[in-house]
Amino acid sequence: MSRLSLGKRLVLAAPYLWISAFFIAPMALIFKISLSQPVEARPPYEPLFSLADGPSLWREKLQRLGFETYRALLDDPLYIDSYLSSLTIAAISTLLTLVVAYPFALAIARSPRYLRPLLLGLAMAPFWTSFLIRVYAWIALLKDEGIINHVLMALHVIDAPLGLYATNTAVVIGIVYSYLPFMLLPLYSALEGQDPSLREAAADLGASPAQVFCRVTLPLSRRGVFAGCLLVFIPAVGEFVIPDLLGGSETLMIGRTLWNEFFSNRDWPMSSAVAVLLLALLIVPLLIAERLRLRAEGEA
Amino acid sequence: MTPLLAVERASKRFGAVAALDDVSLEVGAGEFFALLGPSGCGKTTLMRLVAGFERADAGRVLLKGADISNEAPHRRPVNMMFQSYALFPHLNVFDNIAFGLRRQRWAREDVKRRVEELLDIVQLESFGARRTDQLSGGQRQRVALARALAPKPVLLLLDEPLGALDRKLREETQFQLKDIQRRLKTSFIIVTHDQDEALALADRIAVMRAGRIEQIGTPIEIYERPANRFVAGFVGATNLVEGCIEATADGAYFVAPFGRLRREGCALGNGGAAVLSLRPEEIKLAQRSVADGIACVVEDAAFRGETTHVRVKLAGDARLLVSCGRGESFAPGDNVSIVVSSDAGAMFAESSR
Repeated sequence: MSRLSLGKRLVLAAPYLWISAFFIAPMALIFKISLSQPVEARPPYEPLFSLADGPSLWREKLQRLGFETYRALLDDPLYIDSYLSSLTIAAISTLLTLVVAYPFALAIARSPRYLRPLLLGLAMAPFWTSFLIRVYAWIALLKDEGIINHVLMALHVIDAPLGLYATNTAVVIGIVYSYLPFMLLPLYSALEGQDPSLREAAADLGASPAQVFCRVTLPLSRRGVFAGCLLVFIPAVGEFVIPDLLGGSETLMIGRTLWNEFFSNRDWPMSSAVAVLLLALLIVPLLIAERLRLRAEGEA
Repeated sequence: MTPLLAVERASKRFGAVAALDDVSLEVGAGEFFALLGPSGCGKTTLMRLVAGFERADAGRVLLKGADISNEAPHRRPVNMMFQSYALFPHLNVFDNIAFGLRRQRWAREDVKRRVEELLDIVQLESFGARRTDQLSGGQRQRVALARALAPKPVLLLLDEPLGALDRKLREETQFQLKDIQRRLKTSFIIVTHDQDEALALADRIAVMRAGRIEQIGTPIEIYERPANRFVAGFVGATNLVEGCIEATADGAYFVAPFGRLRREGCALGNGGAAVLSLRPEEIKLAQRSVADGIACVVEDAAFRGETTHVRVKLAGDARLLVSCGRGESFAPGDNVSIVVSSDAGAMFAESSR
């Protein structure tokens, strides 16, 4: 290790300070709340430690420190089911988003250079309207007397409304629609940078167009696929607005559960514990995936 | 006998530019053929036409007599080595070379044997497991060559195969390439803008300009008997002297701005404008006293090891480049003469500039 000047150290420290101030510190506060007891007060929890306690009381409190909230969380099937259901819905949505976005991204990346900014701009255009309004619009599309059912019935494709609205299917449709640009951008940038002579080389060596895609285009875009899937999956797991607006009474998603604990039950310790567990659930697989990726790249 | 490859009257336009303009050529089995020309002359388009990446607007491509003009690239038994090498970055050296074999559904043991055979040919025996980004430029070039040769193509196309290598490595690799081609007896077509490369490697050369083939011939024919002024100027160093023909009772003369040169067997008529191409080694420098010499002054002398390039200044401010062998020494300011034998160089009628 070489010695770094103070200036360089400060520059290097900046991102860590940023993460500490805006991510780790708030998360630590939430973790602290999750360990306290709910009370009828404002704020509605008993602070773990207060400055007035003095060192001896602090030590005593530290020894009494339990993880009752977490134990309750794990004992109650509601929370476990919420987590599992969230992960399932997010996984299905991510996969569908990938399937929808890939041809899109490929088409934009292969279009004439002068058209690409326009096409990308069009793909981003929905961001100019409010996310909430766009999700509301899906209610009008999906409900029994909505446009989709109306058209399909008029065409005699179906006899009765499909009953899409207020189901998990509606939630998946909403997530795929809302998160499409987050999948599209990393896929596009991975595909756009591919050297076209690699595809020609594959074709030259006897690969049919389908084989060129499977053997060259797809494997070379795997970083884009990975990044896009993370960008969709992680926020989708904790999504609150879409399941609240499009989901039905049977739609269990952890974002909604958290909202209920926080605002309806005013159980701050429990909602904090739900949030901490959600973070752990997402970050641990992510770290493992990252470690595997680094190892694969460092190999041979 | 049908040639291995025949391109018949192929034309291709990109917008307003004619990349290929009525081009025909034939390449025989086992031949090392070079497409030589400046950038933008259409040589790469012609190669891509043979590989199947471009379709001709007019004309046909025949392989062993069969029309393959409309075959997709992956159905042609022709492989190409790309200028950028186009090695698959997600595959190691072994899998890169095996790519074409696996598309042809070779058995696993056969793939292994063939890849090892090729690694041996290109002298990369222990590199199979390497990632392509861990290779030097020369090693990448050899992997690209091995990959293109692996499926045993009847014809190998090489797009500027040595272009990315430094000079010393390029010369070494030239010999290796020629050696591999001779051993495998596969026909090679090489695209290059480097005349030294074409002259050193090819059995025959097609010199191209602006979408047309200017001349096809062996390296010696191209060098010694260029078909026109462009070929003479593009292949090898030369002095292009403009003048006119003077036919007299005792023979023909080429009248240059700096003097008259006697010409043997001149086919051009009296008074016609002509261009004489004189290679530097076709001009002799001699003492002033020599008969039939044209007086000049040494302006500059550049030592090149085996030869010395001397620039002389003649009457009418004309300058010629003369190549002298070792042992001859001239210094700037020396008063000397040039001697040009009456059959030296190549002369072309100059109808229009």
